[in-house]
Amino acid sequence: MTNEEIKQALGAAPTGHEHHDHKNRAFVFHSPLKVKTGNRKKSLIVSVLCLVALVLIAVVGALLMTQASATDLSVKNQAPSLSHLFGTDQLGRDMFLRTVSGLSTSIGIGLIAAAVSSVIALVLGSAAALGGKKIDTFVTWLIDLMMSVPHIVLLILISFALGKGFIGVTVGVAITHWPSLCRVVRAEVLQVKQSRYVAVARQMGQSSVQIALRHILPAVFPQLLVGLILLFPHAILHEAAITFLGFGLPPEMPAIGVILSEAMSHLSMGAWWLAFFPGLALVGVVMLFDVAGQCIRSLVDPHQAQR
Amino acid sequence: MAKLIGKQLLKFIALMFAVSVVVFFLVGLSPIDPVQANVGQAAYAALSPEKKAELATYWGTNLPIWERYLNWLLAALQGDWGISLRFNQPVTAVLAQRAGNTLLLMLVAWLLSGVIGLFMGIVAGMKKGSGFDAFVKGYCFVLASTPTFWFGLIMLMIFAVWLGWFPLGFSVPIGKSAADVTLADTLYHLILPAATLSIVGVANIALHTREKTIDVMESDYIRFAQARGMSRWQALRTHGLRNLLLPAITLQCASISEIFGGSVLVEQVFSYPGLGQAAVTAGIGGDAALLVGIAMVSAVIVFGGNLLANILYRVVDPRIRQGGDAL
Repeated sequence: MTNEEIKQALGAAPTGHEHHDHKNRAFVFHSPLKVKTGNRKKSLIVSVLCLVALVLIAVVGALLMTQASATDLSVKNQAPSLSHLFGTDQLGRDMFLRTVSGLSTSIGIGLIAAAVSSVIALVLGSAAALGGKKIDTFVTWLIDLMMSVPHIVLLILISFALGKGFIGVTVGVAITHWPSLCRVVRAEVLQVKQSRYVAVARQMGQSSVQIALRHILPAVFPQLLVGLILLFPHAILHEAAITFLGFGLPPEMPAIGVILSEAMSHLSMGAWWLAFFPGLALVGVVMLFDVAGQCIRSLVDPHQAQR
Repeated sequence: MAKLIGKQLLKFIALMFAVSVVVFFLVGLSPIDPVQANVGQAAYAALSPEKKAELATYWGTNLPIWERYLNWLLAALQGDWGISLRFNQPVTAVLAQRAGNTLLLMLVAWLLSGVIGLFMGIVAGMKKGSGFDAFVKGYCFVLASTPTFWFGLIMLMIFAVWLGWFPLGFSVPIGKSAADVTLADTLYHLILPAATLSIVGVANIALHTREKTIDVMESDYIRFAQARGMSRWQALRTHGLRNLLLPAITLQCASISEIFGGSVLVEQVFSYPGLGQAAVTAGIGGDAALLVGIAMVSAVIVFGGNLLANILYRVVDPRIRQGGDAL
């Protein structure tokens, strides 16, 4: 049966609420919430498309790195045109190429951040849920400590501690994004731990390691995956912000933060394209990650997503 | 009550101690040579090794980090937070000057984003499925992905460069001493940064309130109120609003950390002389003492936000008051 047929069949069934349309809504005190049914095929296609687009940007950007920093003083400070989509800067660098390379750098750093953060979150989260009260208290306290200083300030401190530059921003972004994911993992593991099937597995004589690998990890995995993808937007925005402030990537690297901080000094001269397009592209990439994350959530966790 | 306050106080002290250790060690880890940062690049090259060693002893930079931390802690407890290199003033003086600016900016942005977000969320939730609802959802979705500093740049471009309505930065007009600044001046220079922070900050609370409004309007007590003859808006005002307000207030208090982060960026964009801008100056210039001071103040502000949320929760929600939830 196709989706249309299902809809028709459902529509034909007497639900007792057919008269609840918008016009006579005032007479209906309490119409039940319409359950939003996600279309799995659509979610799948959208998430795959988003991820493909992101991979494409990352790869193309990485390939264009050298071209992006090529200067050509004969075409400096040009407004956007067909040959230079995003215009050129004061050194004649093509802003479109710079932007794509910058996005590629951002995605790369986001990838490192996501990998490191998910490992930390998984280890600490399951340790807190499984390791007894003391460890749980400690991990909860550690999360509170991480969140007690504004994220940007923490990033500035870590970057300062590591002498700024690429290492500073990468390490900073990588080791500060785990707390929220850690909370999710902890809650999830706690829930699974108390489930019947874990109790049965224990009764059947499975060891703790077996239970962890066979029952708990697969149950936590979907949440972890979604959390990991939704972590990208934060990581990318923080990387750009900290670079913009001057603590992140060095000026010779193509990065959105560098581009925007340079653009700031040319703003008063009317070079609006230097700031406008790269920032817009960054918003686009962050939204792609967001959409991909939401779609994958509705695929792996339909209960939550359709609430 | 006294017990609760005592508990909070203990928590505060423990947290501040932990934060100070972490912050101090992070700053101490830095490969930036404190002596070089202190005397400057040119003078450092001209110094003889003996003089360098003498200076290192004078500033105590050759001591092990534990000893330095203890010295700092003892002095800090007595109100001496060290001297800021970049501003050539005691750290406490710099903090006192700048905290006011930042707090004013944060307060305005906090209130504006809270009120506007709440309003948008309620209307969108009440008119679920309407054009306004779609607008709010789209707006919040886009805004949640927008970097604050880029939005600030766009605002600066439109209102300061093209329209020329606002100055390109500085919370004090050039050529005026700080004492001559009137309230109107301060407010005038506050408008753009505060507007930027508020517009970006609305997303979270609006979406949350929208969901909550839809939930509340589906509840039994609203149905009963409507059965008694109230209109939807009347029922919302008399029965729903209180239930909406509670989580919104808490959410808004918890977002203080984010607003501080946003203010760091916005201050940098608009050259607004607040704590955030000082933090950036300190970090770039290797001003360790000031950086530690700002980090501590930011931790205090975040703690204050969480405390406020807990207190408001207890004040407004009788269930939590009676449930004896930890303050």
